[in-house]
Amino acid sequence: MIDLLKRVWTSPKARSGCVVFACVLAFGLLGPLCLEAEPTDMVGELYEPPSATRWLGTDNFGRDIFTQLAHGTRTSLQVGLLAGLIATLIGTAMGSVAGYKGGLLDAVLNSVTNLFLVIPPFVVLILLSISLRTRSVAVLAVIIGVTSWPWVSRSVRAQVYSLKTRRHVDIARISGFGTFAIIVREILPYILSYIVMAFVLQVASGILTEATLSMLRLGPYNAVSLGTMMSWALMFEAVRAHAWWAFIPPVLLIAVITFSLKYINSGMDEVFNPRLRRT
Amino acid sequence: MLRTLNPGSTLRRFASYIGKRFGWYLLTLVFALVLNFYLPRLVPGDPISQIVSQIATGGVESETMQRLYDTYVEEFGLDKSLPAQFLSYVGMLFRGNLGTSFSQYPKPVTRILADALPWSFALQLPALVVGWIVGNVLGAVAAYRKRVFDHVLFPLSLFLNSIPHYALGILLLYFLAVALDLFPVAGGYDQALTVSFSARFIGSAAYHYVLPFASIVLVTVGGQAIGMREMSIYELNSDYVLYCRSLGLGSGKIIRYVFKNAVLPQITGFATSLGMVVGGSLVTEIVFSYPGIGQVLFTAIRQSDYPLIQGCTLLITLAVLGANFLMDISYGLIDPRIRAAEVEEAAT
Repeated sequence: MIDLLKRVWTSPKARSGCVVFACVLAFGLLGPLCLEAEPTDMVGELYEPPSATRWLGTDNFGRDIFTQLAHGTRTSLQVGLLAGLIATLIGTAMGSVAGYKGGLLDAVLNSVTNLFLVIPPFVVLILLSISLRTRSVAVLAVIIGVTSWPWVSRSVRAQVYSLKTRRHVDIARISGFGTFAIIVREILPYILSYIVMAFVLQVASGILTEATLSMLRLGPYNAVSLGTMMSWALMFEAVRAHAWWAFIPPVLLIAVITFSLKYINSGMDEVFNPRLRRT
Repeated sequence: MLRTLNPGSTLRRFASYIGKRFGWYLLTLVFALVLNFYLPRLVPGDPISQIVSQIATGGVESETMQRLYDTYVEEFGLDKSLPAQFLSYVGMLFRGNLGTSFSQYPKPVTRILADALPWSFALQLPALVVGWIVGNVLGAVAAYRKRVFDHVLFPLSLFLNSIPHYALGILLLYFLAVALDLFPVAGGYDQALTVSFSARFIGSAAYHYVLPFASIVLVTVGGQAIGMREMSIYELNSDYVLYCRSLGLGSGKIIRYVFKNAVLPQITGFATSLGMVVGGSLVTEIVFSYPGIGQVLFTAIRQSDYPLIQGCTLLITLAVLGANFLMDISYGLIDPRIRAAEVEEAAT
């Protein structure tokens, strides 16, 4: 793992992506701790422009935008990281078992994967969201995670499939190791870089999915997220009221987070995928 | 292994390929129908009495309330068992009946969807296709012209692809429509006009079309350009390109070969990702208050109009499944490897 991180660090793309992401992470983690006000506190008038005391002005309820931005970043990161983790775990488990076992089990798991690949996750998420009793941050992250694993599963399966005929895997099999032990010890370490890359992309897509749901007013009911900020700004006509401070910060922040994650992914791809390097 | 095929058996194999794909999509559709039917039924409480009291606000006689209640109980078949409910749901679907909207009672869901569908179709399809074409051409160019294009185009594409469609829409709406006043701020056409095929109406619709169209196109261009760039780099590093180069073939010819080989996976990749893309691009309609399916879905969710939500989700699923099926067929026609795989499957 340390070796993997060292190799990632050799890529300038991955490096700059990591630095940007670390800054956003620090903002989301430390911001809410340093700011005393709650994001729901109404501290000023409607759509106050940015000033020395309120750095990014106020929204339609007179709530401080900068405070909301810090809390919103934290929520969006929480959803993204948790959803990404769930999707990567399910996808890796499904993909590695299917790829290693082959046969009927593979056929069944592969059909399930393809099924969920074609049915729009957007649709499943809407149907799930409207039928849930509560939509807390955690619940939202779970439902995003359980609807976005098929992509991970598919790429892990392909990787495992090409690895399983390697000699060290054969030796482990002959030595009497079980399927689980072989997958964990002999196969997953070799595709760790792919799994990490898949995780990075899943975090990015989890953050975007949360924002999309929030735009449809299916976001978390108990927290501010970057998506709910955009949705509120749009609902209360911030755009047409020229209150740019209410929507440009969350839009840019979402773009910066996903951009940094995709940049890390692209840098890693160049490190671990020699065919992508230019000759 | 390559085998010589006579034309008759090729056709038969192609038919069997299509048959298999069709069967598979049918299965997927049944599963999607089950989800679409079952999930909203998990809603806690008794939504119908809630809805009825919502529709019948303000001094409606209890007799009317009871009639409304009975209408919906019958429509959902709530007095029957769950499998029986599902069968009657599917039966209603086949008769083109998607139920009655709660929020726009007594308008049928199909009417609302039929009004919105042409707007979404005319917006989404051309935007995604144009974005796909432009993105792939740019990606191929970026892969071939290493320095200038690659260093500018790659980060730019990645950045564009990191902004969701609707967020880019918000930016375009603010800068071009609100701040500079170049484009209309909302709607699909001038509200003073009625929907017709007059030159004035079409002109107004085209004027309102520009910004939502641009938001979807730009984000799609970004994503496609990145994918195509990677695919093209793979191909440019392959043996046949080196061989062509050593033969002294012109770069124009080589880039054409590379493009042809790299673009095929981009077609299926796009079809498969449609399920992901469609969410963001439909939500763009909300930003511009564009009168399409995305806007209908938004209003339906706000008003807990379950039949209308289900109608929207079913329509989106059908569109994505249909697009994937069409793509599979055309892929079987374009790419001989698919047919070859079918031959091998038949041989084993």
